[in-house]
Amino acid sequence: MRNAFADEILNLALVDPRIVVLSGDIGNRLFDKFKAAMPTRFYNCGVAEANMISLAAGLASSGLLPVCYTITPFVTTRCLEQIKLDVCYHEMPVTIVGTGSGLSYAALGSTHHSFEDIAIMRALPGMRVLAPADPAELRPLLRESLSQSFPTYLRIGKKGEPDLTSGTQSNPGRWQHLREGQDATILSCGTILSEALPAIESLSALGIKVGLWNCAYVKPLDLVALDSLPRSPVFSIEEHSVLGGFGSAVAEVLCSSPIPRRLHRIGIPDRFLHDTGEQHESRIHCGLDSTAIVKAVTSALG
Amino acid sequence: MTSDLEQLSREIRLRLIRMSYEAQSAHLAGALSCVDLLVALYWRILRIDPSNPADPTRDRLVFSKGHAVSALYTVLAKRGFIPEQELARYNQPGARLPEQPCPGLTPGVEWATGSLGHGLGVALGMALASSIQKKPHATFVIMSDGECQEGSVWEAAMLAPRLEMGPLTVMIDFNGWQATGRSSEIMQMEPLAEKWSAFGWDACTIDGHSLPEILASLERPRDHRPRAIIAKTIKGKGASFIEDDNNWHYRSPTLAEVERASLELFPDTSPP
Repeated sequence: MRNAFADEILNLALVDPRIVVLSGDIGNRLFDKFKAAMPTRFYNCGVAEANMISLAAGLASSGLLPVCYTITPFVTTRCLEQIKLDVCYHEMPVTIVGTGSGLSYAALGSTHHSFEDIAIMRALPGMRVLAPADPAELRPLLRESLSQSFPTYLRIGKKGEPDLTSGTQSNPGRWQHLREGQDATILSCGTILSEALPAIESLSALGIKVGLWNCAYVKPLDLVALDSLPRSPVFSIEEHSVLGGFGSAVAEVLCSSPIPRRLHRIGIPDRFLHDTGEQHESRIHCGLDSTAIVKAVTSALG
Repeated sequence: MTSDLEQLSREIRLRLIRMSYEAQSAHLAGALSCVDLLVALYWRILRIDPSNPADPTRDRLVFSKGHAVSALYTVLAKRGFIPEQELARYNQPGARLPEQPCPGLTPGVEWATGSLGHGLGVALGMALASSIQKKPHATFVIMSDGECQEGSVWEAAMLAPRLEMGPLTVMIDFNGWQATGRSSEIMQMEPLAEKWSAFGWDACTIDGHSLPEILASLERPRDHRPRAIIAKTIKGKGASFIEDDNNWHYRSPTLAEVERASLELFPDTSPP
């Protein structure tokens, strides 16, 4: 996904002179083409994320479109007050790209995990939160972010994610309805779609027809899609804490809906992950893999 | 000749003391300490147009010690960005002059600060934008000495010389105090100018109440290095009973104290 980001931001910047990329000392060689093509519009801001965000706000105040890029915890919680005050309070069109989100860097430990970034970013007034499922979806969402006049947090994976969607965003702001099904609905947010899709197939083999939505728009949510859901149980899935993230955002809407729907939030339990392992092992450990999703759905449906 | 500016500084100080009394607002002493820096900038240095505060070619001043924004408001009023009578609305509900700045609310206020350690990074972004866009403007920051305790200041301080941000100037209102004590007793502040020099800045220390020294430090020829001016000031400058007494970080004057300050600032003439 990060290669798609580097490629797409190059394409966009070649035609829009307002785009400036700021990196927090990451992306070794990733931006070589960008730097060669536009040397005055790429800055490695060093291991100094707070300053990178304030600097981005200053650039934006002069009409530029800065994109801040580094590993998710360092470009979100590490520099939260700069995002809150310099970017959001001033309504600056800064795009913050958190790479290696969730469990992408599972083996590197809690310093590199981001289980709370959605919760915190979506609490900031004016901040849009987008979580593409795959490289194909990242491209239009990045384009969309850079066409807006307000801040965006783009939560992406690392490298090697397969393309699972067509990537087309014919309706910006709308979730993608990938499968029909009346027995239950899965709302999948971000790269965890790679577990939700096989789960749907397994459930189908069991005779359980589950609808599937790919929900890149976390803030604002797709309220039209939420309103259209059947009355059967709803499952939110995210590679993020069960507290405060996408599932919580969905709960905030459903709890005031006139149509009662039961919501099951599937995410990372409210604790630090001490067990080492790569992303897939950690997903299994946290109950986020496709087998666990199948089990959660079948248990809930009785 | 700076006598006209010195007269302005006295008028602004008295207005600030009155505003603190009228609004019963805090942070008077830190506002008084930076008045001469603002006067030098707004009357002799900044290329700005009060009738067009958003002019894209304007010089930028980021006033990073947002708690002292009453000083900036008063200067902006004297300089014609806002009507002088509007200062009576300082810190009043619904007014354009809140106790700490708000984005887009007050003509001439470049950035809403108040949490320390943000202004230098933002100003660095403004200076870099000028370079990228090839639209030359100068960028200035006024910070407090206590603010230099924020790590983000040194993140920006380390990057600005690397980017050769010659048109960026930081002025540190080194009044020696922070909220609860002398800054040098709380953190190892000194040698402050040497710290900035070591980070690659063109740094100097001046008397922050001497308008000739302030102007000389700003007008001195520049090279590729950003400039840091450590302005030694007196917290509460202008009224003997406020000067260097840190109780005035929070307290506001009584009417009798306003009158006493007026006599001290204008002993021979009626105050304007």
